[in-house]
Amino acid sequence: MSTDRQFCTFFVDGMYCGVEVLKVQEVIRYQDMTRVPLAPAVVRGLINLRGQIVTAIDLRERLGLKPRPEGVLPMNVVVRTADGATSLLVDEIGDVVTVSEEAFERPPETISGVTRELIEGVFKLKDRLLMIVDTERAIGVAAAA
Amino acid sequence: MMHARPWVDRNIARRVRAMAELDDLVKEFLVESNENLDRLDQDFVALEQDASATDRLASIFRTIHTIKGTCGFLGFSKLESVTHIGENLLSRLRDGEIGVSSEIVTALLQMVDAVREILGSIENGQGEGDGDYSAIIETLTALKDGGGAGEADSEPEGEIDGVEDALISGGEADEAAAGASDEIDLSSLPFDGELTADGVELTEGDETAEVVSEDDGDVSGVSLEALIEEAGLDSGEASDDAGHDDGAAVAEAAPAAQASVAAAPAPTAPTPTASAPAAPAPKAAPAPASGSPAGKAGSAPKPRAEASGSDGAAGGGETGSTPPPPSSTASGGIRVDVGLLDKLMNLVGELVLARNQILQYSATAENAILSGSTQRLNLITTELQEGVMKTRMQPIGNVWSKFPRIVRDLSQMCGKKVRVEMQGRDTELDKTIIEAIKDPLTHIIRNSVDHGIESPEKRVAAGKPEEGLLYLRAFHEGGQVNIEIIDDGAGINAERVKQRAVERGMISADQAARMGEREAANLIFAPGFSTAEKVTNVSGRGVGMDVVKTNIEKIGGTVDLQSRFGQGTTLRIKIPLTLAIIPALVVSSGGDRFAIPQVSLLELVRVEGREASQRIEQVHGTPVYRLRGRLLPLVYLSKELGRNGSSSSRGGTVAGIDFAVAREKHLNWKRTLREFLDGKAELTLEKAATHRDCALGKWIYGEGQAEFGGLAEFRSLESLHMQMHNAVRDAIVAKNDKRGDDAEECLRSVSTMSEQIIALLDRMEQVAGAGEVNIVVLQADGRQFGLVVDQINDTEEIVVKPLGKIFKGLATFAGATIMGDGRVALILDVMGLAQRAGVVREGRERNLHESGQKGESSGGTRQTLLLFRVSDTHRMAIPLSMVARLEEFPRDLVEQSGEQPVMQYRGGIMPLVPLGRVLGYSGGTADAGAAPGAEGAGESIQVIVVTRGEQSIGLVVDRIVDIVEQSVSVKRTGLRSGVIGSAVIEGKVTELLDVEGVIRSVLQDDESWAGEAGGADVGAGAGAGAGVAQGV
Repeated sequence: MSTDRQFCTFFVDGMYCGVEVLKVQEVIRYQDMTRVPLAPAVVRGLINLRGQIVTAIDLRERLGLKPRPEGVLPMNVVVRTADGATSLLVDEIGDVVTVSEEAFERPPETISGVTRELIEGVFKLKDRLLMIVDTERAIGVAAAA
Repeated sequence: MMHARPWVDRNIARRVRAMAELDDLVKEFLVESNENLDRLDQDFVALEQDASATDRLASIFRTIHTIKGTCGFLGFSKLESVTHIGENLLSRLRDGEIGVSSEIVTALLQMVDAVREILGSIENGQGEGDGDYSAIIETLTALKDGGGAGEADSEPEGEIDGVEDALISGGEADEAAAGASDEIDLSSLPFDGELTADGVELTEGDETAEVVSEDDGDVSGVSLEALIEEAGLDSGEASDDAGHDDGAAVAEAAPAAQASVAAAPAPTAPTPTASAPAAPAPKAAPAPASGSPAGKAGSAPKPRAEASGSDGAAGGGETGSTPPPPSSTASGGIRVDVGLLDKLMNLVGELVLARNQILQYSATAENAILSGSTQRLNLITTELQEGVMKTRMQPIGNVWSKFPRIVRDLSQMCGKKVRVEMQGRDTELDKTIIEAIKDPLTHIIRNSVDHGIESPEKRVAAGKPEEGLLYLRAFHEGGQVNIEIIDDGAGINAERVKQRAVERGMISADQAARMGEREAANLIFAPGFSTAEKVTNVSGRGVGMDVVKTNIEKIGGTVDLQSRFGQGTTLRIKIPLTLAIIPALVVSSGGDRFAIPQVSLLELVRVEGREASQRIEQVHGTPVYRLRGRLLPLVYLSKELGRNGSSSSRGGTVAGIDFAVAREKHLNWKRTLREFLDGKAELTLEKAATHRDCALGKWIYGEGQAEFGGLAEFRSLESLHMQMHNAVRDAIVAKNDKRGDDAEECLRSVSTMSEQIIALLDRMEQVAGAGEVNIVVLQADGRQFGLVVDQINDTEEIVVKPLGKIFKGLATFAGATIMGDGRVALILDVMGLAQRAGVVREGRERNLHESGQKGESSGGTRQTLLLFRVSDTHRMAIPLSMVARLEEFPRDLVEQSGEQPVMQYRGGIMPLVPLGRVLGYSGGTADAGAAPGAEGAGESIQVIVVTRGEQSIGLVVDRIVDIVEQSVSVKRTGLRSGVIGSAVIEGKVTELLDVEGVIRSVLQDDESWAGEAGGADVGAGAGAGAGVAQGV
């Protein structure tokens, strides 16, 4: 039996993305944020997560996608990273899916700049593709600057 | 030995069990040994200074002995052999058989270093390492033997006996305890000790001592056994505990046991009982022994946790026997993991936040019970917070303790004599801060010894005592800790520092000339600065003081340096007590809240609307505020944070009116009327509201009246508004009456009036927006500035939380915190903000300006200034010392050389700098050069002649006003070329001309002028002549 991996999935501007389930600390609904002036654009703000201050990174902005339509509140996918807990703002939360390692493929060469950096690879599911987001890079300082 | 054997057999099983404990034991041993070693350094240095300090010697001896004893039973043979020989030497010193000499101290210090090295290696899990210490051992042996012929090793042997005794007693105790308690497995430790103690004796091969010690062991064993029986099981359990808590304790218990030996009827015991009273902290021993002879050793200089721990164990023991009376000397102290303290501190931080939240809630809820318990919660939290903070506090002496050693080594290396004195060793600081200042302090100390204090010969020649003094002082002041490092050395040679700085292009020669001693001295904080003639391995690479300053500023501290050439240097460091929880001022700007650490806060100023427009002045577009006669540059927080402050952030209703809407509406009137007159739109008298009905009108006769009634602008607005509405109505009537021309006329006046109204509304908005200007006066890097915020909320204790790495480049914020309502607020980094706003500049420039300002403001030096006008509105000044001559020339003497207006002057060509034009101040007549004689503003021009090298340069000004002598405090008010800053001189805001800058900016295109100006070597006449040759 090949190794199975579990991913927490979510949607960002129609893109079906996933983060390894073990990296996800929790998924919470929209939280009040304190914006950080002068910060990189990807930083939406700071969230008080039970006394812990968590930076919220807008994945749409990070992936160079168009901004979320007004009135649509993002969801927080709080991931554990080397820089502490960080929240990725996504549009909608999907299921936790179990996929076989065999279905994995490196991102295609033709994929465009920013996305290529952040996408670890693609899982070929039955009816669609699941893009795996590299969390460390998604919150990466160097890449974001 | 025969006696010992059965012990061995009996305890083998325990020894196996003890293996698991060993790791912990080793850890404890390392911690304790390192602490002891730190103390050793101090003791040695003190000993060297005062050879008769026998108490020091005894203390050193005990420390080494403890280490040796412990490492013996932990099986670190290499460590043991090193310490053993050291101990032998020490014992001879202690007994006065040989005298203390610098040589011996050096050797002993080397031994300490060796011990450190081995300990370090053990700590890294590499066992004792593969270092070869035979050289040290030889040296020590030679020194020991050199001092006296007789073999006097009996002393240390005696001590070993003690160890053994203690071990035996411990074993006994264990045995006893075993009967009653299950916790027995810890007790095997002492046995290990015994084994090794035996081993030690064997390797020493000192038969006599060995035999004696055996006897001792026996005797003490018996006596202790008896005692233990008397004392009941407590002691067993307690020493059990001691063994568990701290392996070293066992060894330290030795002298106690020794004391008991002395007390026991053992006439054969050669062990000098004299050593007993001087025994090291007996740790657990006194407690379990409860009045047994071990109590004799109870003059514990350093009571420890183990004692109280064993007390507890005994007291709570199931054996139920009477708890031993607490020893008066073994008062409470406990060794706690720093990680745990950090965690506690975090939790308290959370608690403080939760408390703040509840406080905020209870203030709104009217519930007596709630507010009562909230009050209590508040008090308890505060107390708890203080308590936990205290646990993290460490005396600064912990850092200082290594300095005497450093100074000693360093001064020997440099061939200097330096004495270290300390005051305020007990001053406490948060552990994190202690860590942070360790390196900067060390660097400063090294600097002082290497650069500051002179060689003995020089000192004597300068009439100072041969021995230099390095004085460390620490004290609390205003919630901060001040640390002073004072030396009585050569001080800083301001001239040489300046010269160096000029050589390195850090400042111009001109700046250097203006600098005072103090500012010059502060140049040493500039990066890359070093005056050392040669780079030594001690210092001189020029990276030091800059880093010192940066590191101290990083933890919110400041460094200040004062030096008097030939007399010494004082370095003053101010640092906050703690970093984790700080009092802060909460302000809001643009709808967001920000916390400003109170450390940088000087005062709060609130300026009411009408006053604001007058008291906030502009110096060339830079807002300043007159604070008690001094100019305070203003920084608008919203603007700095990229909110485009002025209009957008004030959008919405201000003082009951939305100015943007009002403006828009009244601009529309013009268009609507036009369209109406052209027949493109309908407009009736009903639709054209009266001046009282329209929104602005309503405001004018309502809130506006109340708010701004007394303002002249408001009254013109009122009348203009009425007139405009009337004009609109007139136009409608005229149009309807087919009087086209009249209608057009009305439209014209409507459009003029609407524009005037817009302008007035702008003005009103300015006043209204500035309705209450809240200025937070802050200090960054010794410079004051006013931060304008929308609202000043409250002060609050905030818990500083670091920001993620993604914000690394964001110097404006120091971190974030969670406010009472649970939302996150950013903490402003005042220094970063000041830099961003240009109030202070980064790096070396910052230092220069800072120092420049200090010299002029705080120094209170009186300066003679030449005041002049460059236009009707702009008054400027330059120091008179820079002025060569004041001249008045007929305007037609001005000639052109290329683009440059010039003039023949004293046999040379003098370029003219028309200041009014250069600085962009219009309206002046100083524009002499551009069109000589054309402006008819007088037949002559006023010229201030300054010289640069041999080159004369003429600054053309509008009018020379006066020469004044007064002390000025210069405020930098923005980064404008040509102006250094502004000051209040004779009650008027006066800008200070940056002569260098202006000359440079004007002449830079013309290389020949600049080149000539620089070539100062040529004689006066020749120089001027050359100037002509090159310039033309």
